Amino acid sequence: MTSTIGFYSLTFGLVCSFLIIFFSVKNFNNSQFFDNKILSITFLQFFFVTISFFSLILAFVYSDFSNETVFNHSHTTKPLFYKISGTWGNHEGSLLLWLLVLTFFIFVFLLKSQKQKKEYRILTSLIQQVIIIGFFFFLIKTSNPFNYIFPVPAQGLGLNPILQDPALAIHPPILYLGYVGSSIIFSSALAATTLNYVSKDWAKHIKQWVLVSWIFLTLGILLGSIWAYYELGWGGFWFWDPVENVSLMPWLALTTLLHCILVLEKKLLLSSWAIILSIATFTLSMSGTFLVRSGILNSVHTFANDPERGLYILIFLFCLIFLSLFIFFFFFKFEKKKKNLFWLSKETAILINNWFMMYFLSVVLIGTIYPIFLEVFSSEKISIGPPFYNKLIIPFLVPFLLAMAIGPKLKWIKSNFENKKHLILFFIISLLLSILIIRNLDISFLLNTVLVTSAFYLFFITSRDFFVKGFKRLSQNIAHFGFSLLILSILFNNIFSTEVISNLKLGETLENENFKIKFENIKEINEYNYKSIKGKFTVQDLNGSNEIMYPELRIYNQPNIVTSEADIKTNLLTDKFMTMNYIQNQDYFNIRYQVKPFMLWIWLSVLLICFGGLISFIKKYEG
Amino acid sequence: MKIIKYLILILIILNLSSIKAEDQINDLNIKITKNLRCLICQGQSVYDSDTEFANSVKILVQNKLRDGQSEKEIYSYLKDKYGEWILYDPEFNKNTYFLWLLPVLMFLVGGAIIFKLLIKTKY
Amino acid sequence: MKVKFLPFFLVILLIFVFFGFYKGLQNSNIYTPEVNLKKNIPSFTAKLLGVKNEISSKEIFKDDVYYLLNIWASWCVPCRDEHKFLMDFSKSEKIEIIGINYKDKIKNARNFLNELGNPYEIIISDLDGTLSIEWGAYGVPESYLIYNQKILKKVVGPISLNNFFEIKDLVK
Repeated sequence: MTSTIGFYSLTFGLVCSFLIIFFSVKNFNNSQFFDNKILSITFLQFFFVTISFFSLILAFVYSDFSNETVFNHSHTTKPLFYKISGTWGNHEGSLLLWLLVLTFFIFVFLLKSQKQKKEYRILTSLIQQVIIIGFFFFLIKTSNPFNYIFPVPAQGLGLNPILQDPALAIHPPILYLGYVGSSIIFSSALAATTLNYVSKDWAKHIKQWVLVSWIFLTLGILLGSIWAYYELGWGGFWFWDPVENVSLMPWLALTTLLHCILVLEKKLLLSSWAIILSIATFTLSMSGTFLVRSGILNSVHTFANDPERGLYILIFLFCLIFLSLFIFFFFFKFEKKKKNLFWLSKETAILINNWFMMYFLSVVLIGTIYPIFLEVFSSEKISIGPPFYNKLIIPFLVPFLLAMAIGPKLKWIKSNFENKKHLILFFIISLLLSILIIRNLDISFLLNTVLVTSAFYLFFITSRDFFVKGFKRLSQNIAHFGFSLLILSILFNNIFSTEVISNLKLGETLENENFKIKFENIKEINEYNYKSIKGKFTVQDLNGSNEIMYPELRIYNQPNIVTSEADIKTNLLTDKFMTMNYIQNQDYFNIRYQVKPFMLWIWLSVLLICFGGLISFIKKYEG
Repeated sequence: MKIIKYLILILIILNLSSIKAEDQINDLNIKITKNLRCLICQGQSVYDSDTEFANSVKILVQNKLRDGQSEKEIYSYLKDKYGEWILYDPEFNKNTYFLWLLPVLMFLVGGAIIFKLLIKTKY
Repeated sequence: MKVKFLPFFLVILLIFVFFGFYKGLQNSNIYTPEVNLKKNIPSFTAKLLGVKNEISSKEIFKDDVYYLLNIWASWCVPCRDEHKFLMDFSKSEKIEIIGINYKDKIKNARNFLNELGNPYEIIISDLDGTLSIEWGAYGVPESYLIYNQKILKKVVGPISLNNFFEIKDLVK
């Protein structure tokens, strides 16, 4: 029953698209005012998709196994929270979520753009509807969440237990808010190009959308990393896995776009580049969708692969790309007058930011898709992992951090060297501090010192600006400060982490120069949908402080999977991390114990970065 | 008595150097296994993975390191058995020239564009 | 001039990328190592299962005889499925079955063979899995058809009915 409602709501939503297009085209030429029917039908469309989405949620909550999606991804013994979040934890449901956010955002856009030109609103809405129609067709033709199966099975296949985690439950909605936000920017940029409206006013208007999209995308990526750290049990939070890269690429483009919009707001500079970035950000989001859902990549996180779906997204994606390129080259009015740029100015600093960001983007992009092309053209299969990305990105972080520190201090058009003594002073302090820290450690001295120095430099400069500049440019300061904190936390986490791996029998003790770990006991408990095997370990470290860790093994009944749940003790300074794994055919367990300093600061610094963006968003509404 | 003291001293020194060597071997083992891709859980490194295959590879690497083989030799051996795919750090050979050079090329091109933009203002 | 050249170049690039992705969709995303057939078998010495004696590959693999090297373990569920094919092969005079017992306990291995039958002429013990790596295996079960010191065929996973007939054909 819910499936029928859900499906027909979808089709009504699709019909709305055609109605909107019809009225939009009519309204474009015929009147001076925006036809509010367009707004109403846009709302209606959102309403229908919401009904459809709720029908799917209900189907999951009531374990309606006549619905194929529910059958494939749910189970009666799943806790309610995960029944609900399981709605979007699969391919079909997540696409419906995409549609939900797409229709919601275009509605909000039309609501919030009432002061804008009619043609601009119509055109943005039109292009957005093209995207929406594409998604409707994709959903209905290849990924229908409302397929019937008969006879109705008594039980479902269950949701993979590693997906049953709170961080992962909200990770897709947050992430999609970021991706869909970039679709609005895409449509808006193309509309502005067509109407020759790429101006300071347009920049001011679209900046809010860029900020919203950027904040959610950053949060979405953060949630994904937190999930990987707490749930996957390897103690890491970023592996340069293709699916991680796929979310990072639009983020890089979007951050670059944010900086360009900040320039465009004030001066008519880099306007063509801002449009290109707007196109690129959404294109990268869509390419990401393609790469993850088509089965073309080998990754732990991909959805079930289906080349038919892959082909559809591929064709859709390239249609969008060709459309956007056509509009850009046909309509964009390139400036005949060349701008004059002084080398020591804020404009140049932003150019340098763009330069480095695009370099980082190209590294991630090439690293992610190169194996695909190599295999197609030469049948050779290679892997590209963390060593590649580290080698190409880390050295470039140094000038990037320095530019981030100095750039905001430069004036528009032209800067000079007066009153900049503190810049040199802080550099010396950073350098000395880094040498002090790195000197006694058994690691690569030069690279680490240089990295830590530049991160400290940004850290000190931005900290000073809090006191000196106060609330002026607060958002930029917080965001850059957050970034310096992020790099420092990652560096120190990397440098000071320790790990011990060993096989232990019940009752045995492992002793080395850093810790003493005793395997105290094992408890077996039967939970609702899994059997839990919990080990108790006492860990005594050099300072004599004791910690009791309870790593766990879970044997789920449906689907039949064994997961290893790490026990993580978090505090402000450091994380203690332990996992226990079963060894085939033996009576001992494999134990990994890690001490990871500053983990919490990694998460907090990303939140700080988001907070910086949030302040900029709120400020607009005050001033 | 003195001979015994010297013998003990020599024993200790020998042990220390072998402990240090064992430490270095362990560190190198970690470095190598982090660079190897597990064939069973294909999204994990051998270091992170707990599959039977990964455990066997770890033992194999340890044995080879103890035998005095170099990092390169171990990679070469595993490449011969399983293909280049097993290495996370792509080698610089005819398959990967573009991989390593394209990003650097992009960086240089970007730099050139900016340089040209700035040069113009000097005149 | 430069601006006119750019869109043309972009279109070419995009077509190239589209083609790459299109073809890429048809490739499998799971990696299986390429089996270099006609390659020489590795030379090794290993312990026999359950005894202290060692045996060398030279002693095991003679010329002009077909060998089926089977990597198995008592804890491996698919190994049970393929065992009947191994028993069938062991009845033929043309082919000899050599077993590598992978990371197993002797008692469990013996029980397994008592229950399902012992097709193996010789069983080698691979307690830490390194011998299997020498053969380029990465899981259990895996089987290799060998003739005159060369690998003719490799089966990854349990021997299926198709594999069974393929091997029978090759051994004729």
